Amino acid sequence: MGNFGEPFLYLLVLGYGLGQFVGEVQGMSYMAFLASGVICTSAVNSASFEGMYSAYTRMDVQQTWLGMLSTPVNVAEVVFGEMLWAATKSLISVSAILIVATALGLVTSAWALFILPIAFITGLCFSSLALLVTSHAKSYDFFLYYTTLVITPMVLLSGVFFPIDSLPNMVQGLAKSLPLYHAISLVRPLMTGGEVTYVALHLSVLIVFCIIAGLFASQRIQKRLIK
Amino acid sequence: MTVVNSEEFIVQAKQLYKAYNGLAVVNKLNLNIETGCFCGILGPNGAGKTTTLRMFIGHCPIDAGELNIMGLSMPQNASLIRENVGVVPQMDNLDPDFTVQENLYVYGRFFGLSKRVLKQRIVELLEFASLQDKATCKISELSGGMRRRLTLARALINKPKLLILDEPTTGLDPQARQAIWQKLRELKKQGLTLILTTHYMEEAERLCDRVMVMDHGSIMADAPPKQLIRDEIETHVLEVHAADDALIGQLKKDDSIKRFEQSGDISFFYGDKLKHALDILEQGTHDDYLYRPANLEDVFIKLTGRDLRE
Repeated sequence: MGNFGEPFLYLLVLGYGLGQFVGEVQGMSYMAFLASGVICTSAVNSASFEGMYSAYTRMDVQQTWLGMLSTPVNVAEVVFGEMLWAATKSLISVSAILIVATALGLVTSAWALFILPIAFITGLCFSSLALLVTSHAKSYDFFLYYTTLVITPMVLLSGVFFPIDSLPNMVQGLAKSLPLYHAISLVRPLMTGGEVTYVALHLSVLIVFCIIAGLFASQRIQKRLIK
Repeated sequence: MTVVNSEEFIVQAKQLYKAYNGLAVVNKLNLNIETGCFCGILGPNGAGKTTTLRMFIGHCPIDAGELNIMGLSMPQNASLIRENVGVVPQMDNLDPDFTVQENLYVYGRFFGLSKRVLKQRIVELLEFASLQDKATCKISELSGGMRRRLTLARALINKPKLLILDEPTTGLDPQARQAIWQKLRELKKQGLTLILTTHYMEEAERLCDRVMVMDHGSIMADAPPKQLIRDEIETHVLEVHAADDALIGQLKKDDSIKRFEQSGDISFFYGDKLKHALDILEQGTHDDYLYRPANLEDVFIKLTGRDLRE
């Protein structure tokens, strides 16, 4: 609910409120532009939240993982399971927003259904990053650094609220080196009927981040629990 | 040289060693546990009990030495070994997001057990744990004792050959504790091998065939509890509370006193009959004393000292 309510509010308030001043962006209504960004942000937030607060609770407070590790399950499997669950949560919140966006007439193409697998992959990517953060966390406070220093700036600069062409080249380069930009680059044309370009590139950025962060997270959690 | 048969011994540890920050926690431990045995490990906090148990299930890397469980070497075969081991951890780690039966179900799935097998197994285990009426309750609705029984039931979902219990009754009321004891005895009868750590001497004395006293990562004594009391300590203890030096001096004249210890305002006299000392007390006015047979706690204190451990 939390992961769905907040993006929905952003979409309505900014879409209607700001949209009246902005008019059209990249040949579409501001609301339509914003909707695709908000969808990706919601995938990011759902997976990150699950990979940080909920996963930390299971790792440290409830010791659920140690319980699982008393069965034949190993650490890498626990981490992968967490990633799948976090990505599932992304999928759920994205589905909900997509339904609302469709009802609001913001979805113009049936290709929009492909947003669902992309939401899942985005969820995998950000859950694996979140788990890497969690693997180093000593308390819940630690997550504030990651949300404030990484997630929020990334959301602000990756083209959720405005096209990034207007930003200085260096900032654009930074945004393009982070996974959210690539998720949006795939989702926006799928939703508004535009042409989807560089699919392989965008997907590989998401997948590479996912794999590398996942491996490091798994290694670190192994050291942390099996000591 | 003795040949060790893996059929006979479910746990075989040779020169097992583990250090944290250069400090040995498990110090060249040699240990064989025979199949079907109910084995208790006693020791003060930080003695290395939990670390040893964690090694048995591959939750702790081994710095040196060899460890075989059911004939398989650890840690290479950790997953394979855990298929046949049940674990009741010191701290409950039941999943609060699930109900009682869901906890059992999900845990069973981690062992790869089928839905059909589990359905039957969960009914049996709920009955074993006397939790039939609680099947659909959330974990937060259970009392401490129920949680422990559920944790025990959960540890049995894979029909383990070896059950590891780390302080299974800590923090329980006497009724709940006795209920757990009864379940454990039942399991022992079914031929399970059980290894238990505890701080309750009475628990070890009542349940275990064999008790090990562990301190500083080494085993200080290892025998059936009755034999430990017989071999490691004098037969009787006289505790005199708040005795003055004059009285202590008088009592000490009893030749049958083998050992004397002072802890706070309690004087402990260990010996076989202590007849003379008792006579003195009976004739005197000081009546705050206790004469009793020595027990496992006396052995424990003798072996591990009276100092507080952090």
